[in-house]
Amino acid sequence: MPADTILETKNLSMRFGGLTAVKAFSAAIPRAGIVGLIGPNGAGKTTCFNMITGFYRPSEGQVLFHGRDITGTPPHRVCNSGIARTFQNIRLFGNETVLQNVMIGCHLRQKTGWWQAVLSMPSSLREQRAVAATSRELLAVVGLEDLAGENANSLPYGAQRRLEIARALATQPSFLLLDEPAAGMNPNETQDLMRFIRDIRTRFNLTILLIEHDMKVVMGICEHIWVLDYGETIAAGPPEAIKSDPKVIKAYLGEEAIPNA
Amino acid sequence: MHAKTKTMLNLMAVAVLGLFLWWADDNLDGYQIQILNLIAVNIILALSLNLIYGFTGLFSLGHAGFMAVGAYVCSVLILSPEQKEMLFILEPAFDWVREAQAPFFVAVVAGGLAAALFAVLVGIPLLRLGDDYLGMATLGFAEIIRVLAINAPRVTNGALGFKGIPDYANLYWNFGWCVLTLYVIIRLVASNSGNVFKAIRDDETAAKAMGVDVFRQKLLSFTIGSFFAGVGGALLASLLATIDPKMFTFVLTFNVLMIVVTGGLGSITGSILAGIVITILLEWLRIVENPLTFGDWELQGIPGMRMVVFSLALICIILFRREGFMGKREFNWDWVTRRFRNKAGRHAG
Amino acid sequence: MTWAMFVQHTLNGLTLGSLYALIAIGYTMVYGILRLINFAHSEIFMLGAYFVFWGITLFYLPWALAIVGAVIVTASVGILVDRVAYRPLRDAPRISALISAIGVSFFLQNVTIVVFGALPRQVHRPAWLEDPILMGDVRVLPLTLFVPALSLLLMLGLVWIVYKTKPGLGMRAISKDIETSYIMGVPVNRIISLTFGIGSALAAASGIMWALRYPQLQPVMGSIPGFKAFIAAVFGGIGSIPGAVIGGVMLGVIEIMAVAFFPDLAGYRDAFAFVLLIVILLLKPTGLMGEKLEDKV
Repeated sequence: MPADTILETKNLSMRFGGLTAVKAFSAAIPRAGIVGLIGPNGAGKTTCFNMITGFYRPSEGQVLFHGRDITGTPPHRVCNSGIARTFQNIRLFGNETVLQNVMIGCHLRQKTGWWQAVLSMPSSLREQRAVAATSRELLAVVGLEDLAGENANSLPYGAQRRLEIARALATQPSFLLLDEPAAGMNPNETQDLMRFIRDIRTRFNLTILLIEHDMKVVMGICEHIWVLDYGETIAAGPPEAIKSDPKVIKAYLGEEAIPNA
Repeated sequence: MHAKTKTMLNLMAVAVLGLFLWWADDNLDGYQIQILNLIAVNIILALSLNLIYGFTGLFSLGHAGFMAVGAYVCSVLILSPEQKEMLFILEPAFDWVREAQAPFFVAVVAGGLAAALFAVLVGIPLLRLGDDYLGMATLGFAEIIRVLAINAPRVTNGALGFKGIPDYANLYWNFGWCVLTLYVIIRLVASNSGNVFKAIRDDETAAKAMGVDVFRQKLLSFTIGSFFAGVGGALLASLLATIDPKMFTFVLTFNVLMIVVTGGLGSITGSILAGIVITILLEWLRIVENPLTFGDWELQGIPGMRMVVFSLALICIILFRREGFMGKREFNWDWVTRRFRNKAGRHAG
Repeated sequence: MTWAMFVQHTLNGLTLGSLYALIAIGYTMVYGILRLINFAHSEIFMLGAYFVFWGITLFYLPWALAIVGAVIVTASVGILVDRVAYRPLRDAPRISALISAIGVSFFLQNVTIVVFGALPRQVHRPAWLEDPILMGDVRVLPLTLFVPALSLLLMLGLVWIVYKTKPGLGMRAISKDIETSYIMGVPVNRIISLTFGIGSALAAASGIMWALRYPQLQPVMGSIPGFKAFIAAVFGGIGSIPGAVIGGVMLGVIEIMAVAFFPDLAGYRDAFAFVLLIVILLLKPTGLMGEKLEDKV
């Protein structure tokens, strides 16, 4: 593993019964990079996310984070080690306020426990205030500071996506996985999103892996791309190379679309 | 409103409650005082189930089991060795059961701790189950506790249970524990730990992704809730002076569930209001079940009517007002002062 | 233990087991379709028994008519319960319907107390059911042979409905995917009513035979058999009809045998089933024959 690799997957495979959802996915992700995972629907992208974040135990292969084997570690420990994620079908804590959603993300790094809160110990009260302050700052980063008191369910779609990112940042990750962050956004919002992703990378020293269907986003910000089709990695490389790869075009558009094939 | 003002107002509210109890102790008759006592105990039980089910989303139907544990432990500790000698007629009590003694407060705490210990033992295997399966499994646990109580006559005096349990649980003890429970649960729910409980209720998967050790937090909530269920059971034993395994059937859990659902899942205020209203109604409807005489007239009691009314009420609430009295809303001093100011404003205008 | 006693215990176990199985089918069918534990099912079982003896003592109906009438009325109650207490909650969180079911269970039980009183009532069995049949050394009541046989017949009828008729196809479709079935034009509500009707009719049959076998009526008589049948359904794999039958029969036989072999444990008889429930839920929550339901992340 090269020194500047933050996360590496080795021959990661996932089988459900007879179906192989992902087959031998190997990738080395450089520190501080923004990289992408693309492929047609059902190609196994989210399955890869679930294997990396501990929601699925891979049938085969390994996940190395900072050189340490984290294969099969439960999700909350994976998160504790510094990997945070968002979900394709947004999963907020709907009955809670926007601020509470972010505070829940902060809980992981909290030092005082429940009984200190019950006893109203000064250390606990101080930390509680600090957590609220940090959460408000994070809301400001994603531009939701004015909606802190609203119910998470009542936010418009785009704001919910941003809240999910703020919540993930609250766990203080070094590696962030975004599952279709641009879904449902118009071109203007997409432009903002790209700027935003680059911005948080520098601000929080992040490495970002994203799944995205919007090729403008992928080609615009990703430095390296892996392409999955039916669970197999059919191509990997910088955006320019991916754009002209016949296998990728074939996977996306079908056989007949390739000129001079 | 300033946080300090609110603390002052809360302390004043407790003081007013204290004054009321002092007045009630001298001026109300035994029956009315008994109802007040039951209100306090029912609020404790409702708050504890609300923490488990309303706030953390763990559908537990084992409350009667934890109450039984608390009730038996406390009773054994406050009954005198002589009383126990007389009570255990099926088989003599174990020496340690006969000799065990503790002051009332310690006995209640011990009841709560024993219930909490059972919660840990039961929770570790069972809390991996979801929704309805968890409900059935915890219900099974409560039934197992009952069967154990019947079959361990040297500890529990079997099916006969205990009689003549010292009636230490007066208004002050009951409401004291009620205020303590309220304080602990409010502090807990308002803290970030409380937010985490609610997160698990809303979306377990997302909570895991946020680094929440879901299983541990569930166990925590379940154990704290069960502690107070044990406390409630302990107080109830001393209040009623009699316990036996038949008392801790599913009906008991049903009554607590009824209060929590009526008040609003996830609303502390709701549990308190519903605790008061339903306790009074439950007692009031007892009249319907007993024969009544007006002069020469005699009205036959209708056994079962009470539960008919209550089960029907529960169905109606679930069908027509699923969020209960309060939904997830809470009482707030700001809300009171706003009302007050509005009124004053209107008068001035 | 002699051979004759062993045979006798086996037959008793089979009788108890088939009564459990008939109730368990109702739990499993409703769970398979609605993912709802129909808590009120044990009261449906109890009502079936009460209706028969109501018909006989109040309206002087002949046995056959009373039984058929009771089964029909009980089935209607089952359908009504679904219409009133469960159908409005189809889109609500699953636990809401379960709480409603718990409410219905208490309601039916206590209405029975209000109408018939809480005290147990003796059941007067027809004389021909009282004379034991002798087979070598084995003495059995006619019911002990009759119950498993009739249960088997009813179950075969059920299998025929579920696997060979159009409404049965509808049931299977709904249990796979209720939304899609709706879109594909399956009359979902009617099929669900039918499911409740069939499940309740089988529970009523079980309740009637139970009352003949253990000749006593009591408003709370459904609770324990109901729980145990639910446990049998989970044991067999909830959602699976063959599973419910196998689970019910096995639970009945195990229970009788455990008490026969270890008489000291008789006091723990009712706890045994619950321990079994917890063990199954922990080790193999899908039961013997259930399908795996996966959580999608």
